[in-house]
Amino acid sequence: MVSEPHVETLALREQFDTAAQQKDASSLGMWIFLVTEVMFFGGMFLAYTVYRNMYPAVFGAASRSLNATLGAINTAVLLCSSFTMVLAVRAGQLGRRKVVIIFLVLTLILGMVFLGVKAFEWNEKFQEHHVPGPAFHLEGTPQQGEAQLFFSLYFAMTGLHALHMVIGAGLLALLIYQTYKGRFSAAYYTPIDMIGLYWHFVDIVWIYLFPLLYLIDRHGVKP
Amino acid sequence: MTGHIDSVKTYTTVWIALLILTAVTTTVAYVDLGPLNVVVALTIAAVKMLLVTLFFMHVRHSTKLTKLVISGATLWLAILIVLTLADYISRGWL
Amino acid sequence: MITAAVEEQQNYLNAGYGLKSWLLTKDHKRIALLYLATITFFFFIGGVFATLIRIELLSPHGNLVSSDTYNKLFTMHGVVMIFFFLIPSIPATLGNFFLPMMIGARDLAFPKLNLLSWYLLVIGGLFAIFAMVAGGVDTGWTFYTPYSTTYSNTWVVATALGIFIAGFSSILTGLNFIVTVHRMRAPGMTWFRMPLFVWAHYATAIIQVLGTPVLAVTIVLVAAERLLHLGIFDPARGGDPVLFQHLFWFYSHPAVYIMILPAMGVLSELVSVFSRKRIFGYSVVAFSSVAIAVLGFLVWGHHLFVSGMSLYAGMVFSFLSYFVAIPSAIKVFNWTATLYKGSISYATPMLYAFGFIGLFTIGGLTGLFVACLGIDVHVTDTYFVVAHFHYIMVGGAIMAYLGGLHYWWPKMTGRMYPEGWAKLSALVIFVGFNLTFFPQFILGYLGMPRRYHVYPDEFQVLHVLSTAGASVLAVGYMLPIVYFAWSLRYGKLAGSNPWKATGLEWTTASPPPPHNFDQIPVVTHEAYDYSAVIDEEVPVG
Repeated sequence: MVSEPHVETLALREQFDTAAQQKDASSLGMWIFLVTEVMFFGGMFLAYTVYRNMYPAVFGAASRSLNATLGAINTAVLLCSSFTMVLAVRAGQLGRRKVVIIFLVLTLILGMVFLGVKAFEWNEKFQEHHVPGPAFHLEGTPQQGEAQLFFSLYFAMTGLHALHMVIGAGLLALLIYQTYKGRFSAAYYTPIDMIGLYWHFVDIVWIYLFPLLYLIDRHGVKP
Repeated sequence: MTGHIDSVKTYTTVWIALLILTAVTTTVAYVDLGPLNVVVALTIAAVKMLLVTLFFMHVRHSTKLTKLVISGATLWLAILIVLTLADYISRGWL
Repeated sequence: MITAAVEEQQNYLNAGYGLKSWLLTKDHKRIALLYLATITFFFFIGGVFATLIRIELLSPHGNLVSSDTYNKLFTMHGVVMIFFFLIPSIPATLGNFFLPMMIGARDLAFPKLNLLSWYLLVIGGLFAIFAMVAGGVDTGWTFYTPYSTTYSNTWVVATALGIFIAGFSSILTGLNFIVTVHRMRAPGMTWFRMPLFVWAHYATAIIQVLGTPVLAVTIVLVAAERLLHLGIFDPARGGDPVLFQHLFWFYSHPAVYIMILPAMGVLSELVSVFSRKRIFGYSVVAFSSVAIAVLGFLVWGHHLFVSGMSLYAGMVFSFLSYFVAIPSAIKVFNWTATLYKGSISYATPMLYAFGFIGLFTIGGLTGLFVACLGIDVHVTDTYFVVAHFHYIMVGGAIMAYLGGLHYWWPKMTGRMYPEGWAKLSALVIFVGFNLTFFPQFILGYLGMPRRYHVYPDEFQVLHVLSTAGASVLAVGYMLPIVYFAWSLRYGKLAGSNPWKATGLEWTTASPPPPHNFDQIPVVTHEAYDYSAVIDEEVPVG
């Protein structure tokens, strides 16, 4: 065989010619993956839009039963985690290994706080019988079925969002380990960059979920 | 995007702006603006999304192709929602 | 094995031996062969269901299987053929093998992801097979709610999970292709020098990436409704089953183009090579692929004409549906124009190409019938629709797939298939196909509904004809398996370019070396330039 397969490194896999080409490819691949995520959540946002237009009053009443303060706090927590994430990426660009680890750990902790608050909220729903199913009951509206529709969407959307958070947390843990092992440098930090993109995307989903689920009809027309 | 490093100050400013916007959207929700409540909430969400994508996700430094990919996603989401709503909105017309 | 060369060249097949060298390979060519084996397996499973359906329909009284079993048969035929055969068929085998080679790349951008895609298809397939063995599923491949969520007591969730996982396989393949086309082209390989096969796969990849996630979330919501009592499509709680249909067809209509666009890509290659002419209107054909991908997302509502969707939306969707006919017709016209004054040879791949053009035209034109709101109300859920989409998917996609497989077989294996047998099988498939599905147009127009196994006596003649055709078709599909296997050992050595074709894949050895090219080629001229290929003739090894 005449070909000279160049020595494979993390920054330059054998199918690429240059490290820049590989970085561009990873970045494009990640963005396309995020496009698929947009469409995935998009299906649920569509269902939400349709039903909210069909049953505005019930959706208002059901939304008011959510804890907006916790929702706002969680939004802030997630935005902070995006901030620490971007600082981790920045430290990665500069090749500061310890700083990367510190900010990744902070991001992971904030992610866990978010999930903890979320778990607390879900637990409340179980106690208040706000979980769709035979035992469902929401005070203040005769339309119990339609109220279940709201909570079905609430659980589907926040549930799949939380699942993405859990996956993100797993990826962060892996990144922390790899950074600790010294796999990244200023010349090669693509995984930190890519998982950063993922984390910010999950943040953006919540940026929409918060007002759409928690803040409908807060000014309280009539129950 | 290759090699462009933003300052910590830029990131901090964006972060604070995001927190302020969260406080604003939560507060405004308790004021009765009629149908404008939804508009305000979604506008603020869109601004927050733009801040995160442009600054935290470095889209303002990224290639045209990345911007095209993002526009494509937005357009397709719009197709999904608009054409489906075309059905729901016009159902009562006949 | 005796070879003409003094020393056997290293190629992707002899680069490693043993199960591990295949199951852990990152070589796109080996992964393509893994896919080839997998989808062939699923094709025959789907074929078994089809056979049982056709045998059952010999008699109008439904005396072979019970109604419940019949429901399961057509459901599993659809699920297997669509999600585990047609969706991966051309992109995952021929696309996987040749897309990197055609643009002069050593591999796809993400080889490990490519292998993962195959594993996902296999795992998804295992879930589907489990569901079949455990008792089957009877919702129809469309999983319409509320039947699939509330009433069916078959293995809906296992099947849905299988489709969900296989969907990821499709998404990752699409992602890989897009990045590869953007980032891995050889020096000089500009966008408008790419073979049309690559353009078609690029357009397909766009659909896979944008459409499949919507199916994924829809399936998740159906499963959540069955398992967790969520009620997003539950009419008892104010949910709207039609919303399910919107979400489902937002993917599943474009999915038709996932099946047919790569077939059109194959066709462009075949028509050009075997008439030895540049494709007429290259750039128009290239853009028509992208146009089909985009327009394909604007028409899904034509599946909902009689489902309770608003009449106004129906008119909009009907109108938009006609637009897809434009880029499709452009392709057919341009292939025909390419044939004009070409030096046409009638090798097996070209016979399949001719078959495709005729059958796709019939399938496409009857598509206009069913896109028309008024006519569709009459023929919805009849055999007319069944015949229409089989003309597209079997007469179109599978014909092109087989044509492409014959065309590239020498490159993939280094051996020629036996031309006489191959021609015979192409003929048998063409005859069998038409005998199977043409009577179904008539049946449908007379009012025979789909998914029924008991029918009025006067339809029996046409059903018997259709079943007779299906047996001919089955023979036609068996033949290639036999002679392809035979050719692996006894076929003539192919040489690097047996068709005197253009395209970078023909400039390297057959079978290709592990990294495709000994040296990354530099492209200096456009695709389908047959004056260049004579000069650059590679001596047959």
